[in-house]
Amino acid sequence: MPPLLLVSLVLALSTLAFWQGKRRAFALSTQASSVKMHSRPGYYGMLAALWCALPALTIVVVWQLAADSLLTRMAMDGVAAAKGALTPDQVNLLVNDMRNLVTGSVVDSQIDPLLQAAADRYSGMLRISHMALAVVALVTAAVGAYLVHARIKPSLRARNQVELVIEVILTLCSTFAVFITIGIVLSVLFESIRFFQQIPFFDFLFGLKWSPQMAIRADQAGSSGSFGAVPVLMGTFLISGIAMAIAVPFGLMSAIYLSEYAGPKFRATVKPLLEILAGVPTVVYGFFAALVVAPFIRDLGVMTGLSVSSESALAAGLVMGIMIIPFVSSLSDDVINAVPQAMRDGSYGLGATKSETIKLVILPAALPGIVGSILLAVSRAIGETMIVVMAAGLAANLTVNPLQAVTTVTVQIVTLLVGDQEFDSPKTLAAFALGMLLFVVTLALNVVALYVVRKYREEYE
Amino acid sequence: MAPAMDTILDMRDVIMGKDEAEAAVATKARKVDRDQRTTVGVPFVEEPRMICREVNVFYGDKHAINNVSIDVGKNEVLAMIGPSGCGKSTFLRCLNRMNDTVASCRVTGEILLDALNIYDKKVDVVPLRAQVGMVFQKPNPFPKSIFDNVAYGPKIHGLVNNKTELNDVVEDSLKKAGLWNEVSDRLDQPGTGLSGGQQQRLCIARAIAVRPEVILMDEPCSALDPIATATVEDLITELKEHYTIVIVTHNMQQAARVSQRTAYFHLGDLVEVGPTDRIFTNPRHQLTEDYITGRFG
Repeated sequence: MPPLLLVSLVLALSTLAFWQGKRRAFALSTQASSVKMHSRPGYYGMLAALWCALPALTIVVVWQLAADSLLTRMAMDGVAAAKGALTPDQVNLLVNDMRNLVTGSVVDSQIDPLLQAAADRYSGMLRISHMALAVVALVTAAVGAYLVHARIKPSLRARNQVELVIEVILTLCSTFAVFITIGIVLSVLFESIRFFQQIPFFDFLFGLKWSPQMAIRADQAGSSGSFGAVPVLMGTFLISGIAMAIAVPFGLMSAIYLSEYAGPKFRATVKPLLEILAGVPTVVYGFFAALVVAPFIRDLGVMTGLSVSSESALAAGLVMGIMIIPFVSSLSDDVINAVPQAMRDGSYGLGATKSETIKLVILPAALPGIVGSILLAVSRAIGETMIVVMAAGLAANLTVNPLQAVTTVTVQIVTLLVGDQEFDSPKTLAAFALGMLLFVVTLALNVVALYVVRKYREEYE
Repeated sequence: MAPAMDTILDMRDVIMGKDEAEAAVATKARKVDRDQRTTVGVPFVEEPRMICREVNVFYGDKHAINNVSIDVGKNEVLAMIGPSGCGKSTFLRCLNRMNDTVASCRVTGEILLDALNIYDKKVDVVPLRAQVGMVFQKPNPFPKSIFDNVAYGPKIHGLVNNKTELNDVVEDSLKKAGLWNEVSDRLDQPGTGLSGGQQQRLCIARAIAVRPEVILMDEPCSALDPIATATVEDLITELKEHYTIVIVTHNMQQAARVSQRTAYFHLGDLVEVGPTDRIFTNPRHQLTEDYITGRFG
């Protein structure tokens, strides 16, 4: 039985268990009016359904996860030994061949009879495994449902049990994201450690030259490679800084206008339009930056006698700033609107003007939310790649001059990981170190911002 | 104005004259009032600080205040009572144009503050609201320190020249509001951390600090416990020496305790105005009597 059909069957069983349980509880409650059921009938049904579905589904998942490697090991039993002494890689190759045989995508013209036998064994056992799983799962579901069904009586605290299960599910969902984050960090961390085994940590952190090209083979002529992260990080900060210099004033002021001055009609029209800016794909912003803004800045530079390279940090930063305006404006607008009307009334009642009220009462009260929106915008700016690739170039110049080409951490990660890579070269591993660095930097930014918000927030009730 | 006054006086005679047929006459008077929209009692005073004449307020199509004419005397406490939705808060908010913040609200008629029509197009609401301060139903201290809450008004109006003066104003206002002894050692703590009654007194101190001429209070004690209410009421009585106070309240004992004159509103009409003792001991209008005896409200 295919797993999908099995899962649907279990779910159908659990639906049945729900209705049966509910009916039984309902019948009990009407039949003896002197005893009061502990919970409402739906909870008894729910409990039956949960006991029916959850154990069975858990069995299905665990079985599917474990069965494959177990079956492979059993099928390949003796095959590798018959081939003589093999390295682990060669064993893996054999396993892959066997798998290909099972799925029928045979590339080899000559089929090894030993492997063919293993493949047949594997297919046979897989069929048995599926059948066994179906039987076990369905029996578990039925037993679970029956056990609860038989136990339905007034004293069964069904509501509490159902709510406990739901609470556990909610807890699992809320910790899911945390575990994924930890997983991501670990995966980056291990590759970074491999990188730092080859390149000293402080050379990476404080090195002023970024040029990751190096000779792959001994006979190849290539630069020795230098992995100083400072120029790359500098580029990220420069471009993000320019972007924030655009996005924060524009975003904040449009948020203040939209929430405090604009009429409801204007607001209803303009706010969604502003939010469209956030929906434009970054590649399209990249075109815009490379084809319109960058040449425009260069022409402007020529007119004013400044030397501007055709790809500049300024062009990328400007366009990135435009891209993140809606992050600042939309979120800030929401938090400004959330400041209670009583605060405004109190200020107006003292004869404050609108601008005084906004400056002295509303913005301080909305500060945590505003900082939050700016933080979100900063993370977008630091993580943005496409615009920078197209408009700011790949040259890792150590400069704060916004008219020159720079590169950013994300762009370098992309260029390091595009194309053929070998995972034993520092060139490839550098990408992970850069990723780790970026992660640490944004984390530090978040911590600092949180501290600032706590210190200066003005709490209203 | 003269014919209206005559009608009022005539009617008073009518109602006061015949004790036996009191109820019947009162009912008749009510009918007359509803038709002519006149007010029982004397809504005018010798020495008015604010003069309101034929004030009408509309929220969109809804006629919220109906031809109300009343004076607010110097250094008096005028209480406005009436059942929920009768328009007393709306009327109060007209007195310093707080209704301007409500987009659909429209006000006609005349409201004069010391002979200045506050609804004149040339009048700027900002100095007006500094002259006519307001304390709200729910205490709404700013999310700032106690000091900054009180210093807010003087700072924005430039009433002080230096830090010492500002300190003096803050201390003086907090003393007048009867809060100084409780908060003098923690002026840098947030105002939102105070108890409800303290918060309301902080809001009163904040209003006083701007040195207004009139203070409007919109049910200032409705969110407070009896002890805090008593403190605020004492405060109102003291403030009367320097300020003119208009207070909206649902609590009739409170109106009786703190006010000199009482105005009874009903469904947007100003039904009866008079000295507080008279209104509560001898109401002339049937609606007023029904309300203060608790027959509805």
